[in-house]
Amino acid sequence: MTTTTSSRPVGEVLGIPPASHRLRDRSFVLLLAVLTSVALIVLAVLLIDTGIDGIPQLSLSFLTSFPSAFPAKAGIESAITGTLWLMGVVTFVIVPLGVASALYLEEFADGTRWWNRIIEVNIQNLAAVPSIVYGILGLAYIVRGPLSLGRTVLAGGLTLALVVLPVVIITGREALRAVPPSIKEGALALGATRWQAIWRQILPASIPGIATGVILSISRAIGETAPLILVGAATFVAFNPTGLDSPFTALPLQIFSWISQPNDQFRMLAAAAIIVLLVILVILNAVAIRLRNRYQQRW
Amino acid sequence: MATTSATSGAGGPNAESVFGPPRRRIGEKAIAFVLFCAAATSVVITIGIVVSLAGETLTFFTDQAVTVSGFLTGGQWTPLFSDPQFGIRPLVQGTLIISGIALIVAIPLGIGTAAFLSEYASPRVRKAVKPTLELLAGVPTVVFGYFALTYFTPNVLNGLLGLDVAVFNGLAGGIIVGILIVPTIASVAEDAMSAVPQSLREGAYGLGASRRQVTVRVVVPAALSGITAGIVLGASRAVGETMVVLIAAGQVPTTSLNPRNPMETMTAFIGATGKGDVPTGSTGYKAIFAVGFALFLMTLILNTISIRFVRRYRQVYE
Repeated sequence: MTTTTSSRPVGEVLGIPPASHRLRDRSFVLLLAVLTSVALIVLAVLLIDTGIDGIPQLSLSFLTSFPSAFPAKAGIESAITGTLWLMGVVTFVIVPLGVASALYLEEFADGTRWWNRIIEVNIQNLAAVPSIVYGILGLAYIVRGPLSLGRTVLAGGLTLALVVLPVVIITGREALRAVPPSIKEGALALGATRWQAIWRQILPASIPGIATGVILSISRAIGETAPLILVGAATFVAFNPTGLDSPFTALPLQIFSWISQPNDQFRMLAAAAIIVLLVILVILNAVAIRLRNRYQQRW
Repeated sequence: MATTSATSGAGGPNAESVFGPPRRRIGEKAIAFVLFCAAATSVVITIGIVVSLAGETLTFFTDQAVTVSGFLTGGQWTPLFSDPQFGIRPLVQGTLIISGIALIVAIPLGIGTAAFLSEYASPRVRKAVKPTLELLAGVPTVVFGYFALTYFTPNVLNGLLGLDVAVFNGLAGGIIVGILIVPTIASVAEDAMSAVPQSLREGAYGLGASRRQVTVRVVVPAALSGITAGIVLGASRAVGETMVVLIAAGQVPTTSLNPRNPMETMTAFIGATGKGDVPTGSTGYKAIFAVGFALFLMTLILNTISIRFVRRYRQVYE
């Protein structure tokens, strides 16, 4: 196989790696594939295990009963209605505030000014503040302190809105940036003012992207538990909220409270409630993805 | 008249330079001001966090039972006892051990996933794996807490591996938090690897490098600041993660280094103490703020480092 003209193997001269290298290359790909699959396998096991524990507990009466000291009678009606109320408050706060902030940063802010840079860095930092810190803020300033709203729907919703506001702003900015500058420049060239161009052209074009961001933020807020531990009801809530000033429980809170019970039957109920929570999240995400795929224009 | 299309930036004329500044309308400035106020709310939120945490922390240190040196170095944390001790070391240590375990798990998994997706996976595989990772990132952490306590500890740690761990233990908390932050590290690291210019890879191929050599010796070093940013961001998330450790790691502040035993993190203390109706103004209530302030500072430092690193790789390649 080797010719006598060279003392080195032909493969090396031509740059063909020897068999041992090829073996190393192959095992490297295999290693990467294994590393990639670990997290996915854990997710799969988690879903299967929760399904095995929880599915037998699911029934109509589970969805329409209130929490109870007796596992057989307990359900999640007040948790579901509580979560719906909270999400109403969250949406009401984050849509105007998030969109206005995103518009300011993308369309008005002069990035060289120090105050605009502070706002920008600040939002990046806020996005990574642990959610339980927002819980402390909610406890100190919203539940007690200056606002003193008590452990109510409004206090819980406001706290969750603070947690996800940075996400709404960041995704909103991306949606606005995706609208090509030529759209705005065309409007300006026809004599529109800056605000007219934004209101009539840029904002309508970016609505699908903004809506996707809002839905994803809401789906994050639905699962947030840590801040609600600090601002949520201290005892179990066996009634639906009647208004913004009502005490509440929420799905993740109810799950946490059931997990904390030493009784195994309550843990099964927690699994069932987790399934309901995950189904809600999957639906929301599916809506967000469809929205993105169907309405987002390609320029 | 120039027929150049309006390319913004890069010196080309845009609408503003051709037609003069946009026409002003009454109210235009008012709208800009309202929008500015909305954006400034985020700064107000930060100020609110800092003031609320720092204020109560200051009053916490004026309490007779508390001294600054005892807080920083004391080895006992028993704020709700009749003879309370306020040494934060057990909580910080619990946080560092659990975050350390999490990073040991998440760094190889995250970088491996990023390298696989960026350098090897076909578009079809990528299209399947990325949304699954997003799904993983979207699962509420209370669910992972449930999984760690009811499945991972009894079936994997005690059953499969025979490690003889306690019902509540730091190991399960750390490993599951590690799984939780894999998507964070993987997505930031993959962005950085994808941003490495193709010319660098082709240069290496031209010199006879194999794909593995290109990945390990060219792409990973070139994307190092982005990979670091992802790891630091992951560390920040691990430090701030509450539900998994609150549920699965136990609520026993200890200076023991053994992760098979229960331990308490800073976040778990805040959650466990804040869920009861702690009376406003009590030392236990103030302790929440002191620990919260320490937690906020730790994550703030990590986030700032991470943002720096991201900016660095963006400057180099984009």
